[in-house]
Amino acid sequence: MDTQSLTYLFVGLSFALYVGIAIWSRAQSTNDFYIAGKGVNPVANGMATAADWMSAASFISMAGLIAFLGKDGSVYLMGWTGGYVLLALLLAPYLRKFGQYTVPDFIGTRYYSNAARLVAVICLIFVSFTYVAGQMRGVGIVFSRFLEVDINLGVVIGMCIVFFYAVLGGMKGITYTQVAQYCVLIFAYLVPAIFISILVTGNPVPQLGFGDTIVDSSTYLLDKLDQVTTDLGFNAYTQNSKNKIDIFCITAALMFGTAGLPHVIVRFFTVPKVSDARKSAGYALIFIAILYSTAPAVSAFARINFIDSVQNVEYQSSPEWFQNWEDIGLIAWKDKNDDGLIQYSAGDALEGTKPKFVEGEGNYGERLVSNNANQANNNEVYIDRDIMVLANPEIAQLPGWVIALVAAGALAAALSTAAGLLLVISASVSHDLLKKTFMPKITDKQELLYARCSAAVAILVAGLFGIYPPGFVAQVVAFAFGLAASTIFPALFLGIFYKRLNMQGAIAGMLSGLIFTSSYIIYFKFINIEFNYAQHWFLGISPEGIGFIGMMINIVIALAVSSFYSKPPEHVYEMVDNIRRP
Amino acid sequence: MHKDYWRSNLKILIILISIWFMVSFGFGIIFSDFLDQYQIGGFKLGFWFAQQGSIYLFVVLIFIYVYLMNKLDKKYKDQNDEEDKH
Repeated sequence: MDTQSLTYLFVGLSFALYVGIAIWSRAQSTNDFYIAGKGVNPVANGMATAADWMSAASFISMAGLIAFLGKDGSVYLMGWTGGYVLLALLLAPYLRKFGQYTVPDFIGTRYYSNAARLVAVICLIFVSFTYVAGQMRGVGIVFSRFLEVDINLGVVIGMCIVFFYAVLGGMKGITYTQVAQYCVLIFAYLVPAIFISILVTGNPVPQLGFGDTIVDSSTYLLDKLDQVTTDLGFNAYTQNSKNKIDIFCITAALMFGTAGLPHVIVRFFTVPKVSDARKSAGYALIFIAILYSTAPAVSAFARINFIDSVQNVEYQSSPEWFQNWEDIGLIAWKDKNDDGLIQYSAGDALEGTKPKFVEGEGNYGERLVSNNANQANNNEVYIDRDIMVLANPEIAQLPGWVIALVAAGALAAALSTAAGLLLVISASVSHDLLKKTFMPKITDKQELLYARCSAAVAILVAGLFGIYPPGFVAQVVAFAFGLAASTIFPALFLGIFYKRLNMQGAIAGMLSGLIFTSSYIIYFKFINIEFNYAQHWFLGISPEGIGFIGMMINIVIALAVSSFYSKPPEHVYEMVDNIRRP
Repeated sequence: MHKDYWRSNLKILIILISIWFMVSFGFGIIFSDFLDQYQIGGFKLGFWFAQQGSIYLFVVLIFIYVYLMNKLDKKYKDQNDEEDKH
């Protein structure tokens, strides 16, 4: 069978599996729908959390980003795993003890205020939709490249699948589907990584392989990579190029942001006991670490294979994948010195960075772009970092079934995260906005109906994001983590560890974190884009890392304002005492 | 009684969070360049902490926490049962 039919087969089989599980685990009550009846085994919950967490960005984009960033890419590796330590130690057990359905639930009850609940709901919806938009783009890329269907049709198919199991099954259906999706995605990630590790270094364990010597030579892979990257004018692969303060703040913002992401926190509401919540966070991190420790190895292999297979190669005899990705516009080549050979080095190949393709072919059959060549360097290749993981098996010339597997894995990663996010959005609408704020009289049955309706609406909105992708998806990711770190995390953390914090302090803290972080990001990402580099940043901190400063501001303001107003009422003290008890 | 439990809990948290900070922000970022002078296999040590070591230690830290808290829970529960008998 050719790669194309294998891809259809693998994707079709995995989709059938997800739908089957959804029918088997339908939700019967709001308890099932929001938190899976609190009956999920901690290991299964760990797997589901891992699938929920590892999005299209982790699966498709992260290794590619690290391949081009080198050591600077460590911020993602540490940031997106270290947050689980904070979650396990500082939040999960206590929130599970609290025993309600949603994150705004906790904030609303702890700060005895529907205003606080509303601020939390707004942050949550914003963070979650930002995230969903990224998933739908991932689904679109996979469908258009591997199944050669129209991107829009691909998004619609993805929506139907998610609709089916999220609306029908709620948290229960999603949890068990995510367990299956985790298995698919981790298998799909590891198989090509192991193959490539054996090909490049002869070591079957990728985590060790990228610290090993290259086959038939005594040079270490990373030493060769340092050599090659500096020769081409890049920063050495194993050295930082960003300033330390910025690296520190980005890592911290990603860590505290991870611990404050509502769709992750809510997973710990689904286990039977407090001790299970702790254990479950540990299992989740093991399952996540399997992918995250493999990713930097994939990055190193991809970078070296990419350079080896295109550098000074004639365009006409360039590998098939190079032209395939050029066809869908994620690679471009502009022959600056007109020698018919591909030359790759540091710097943007084109003016304005991203290629604008026009009709027609160049001298060697390449797609023409309307951009002028950037004469400041000799680089002739534009490459979108998102394609590295997807192209990696082709670059390493692995068999067709591995490529098909990667397509199914990428879809599993995107769909599992999208479903988890959609559920959090629907729960916050039906539970926090309707039941707890505006329509307290509705019955459990009606609330379940509203939950299903809002899940359906959320899926439609997410689908629209996929079909008409907002051009700012990459920019708003900084937003999602920055806001989670500067609003949700401190409100939860202080709520548990500082009893004296009252309603006024918490609301002032959340609002100041929200306003500071979002205005910094909006200023540099949308208003004054040309100023978005280190000299203009506050203390050299990029918009990606500013959430950490926002969090500090939140905490200071919350404590200060709190001291001017009276203590929280007695029942809040009792509630905090209660969640601190095992 | 509850106060003792909470105090022991905080002590565990402070120790574990300090280790968490040291391996990631310490070894992976602040002292990373210094550690790079040592090498294990093909890895410079600082680079290894930033891309591998910190992740493994995060997992270990959570399981140490689970173990210590289960022990603490049990102790607290036993003491409570004692008191009920009196």
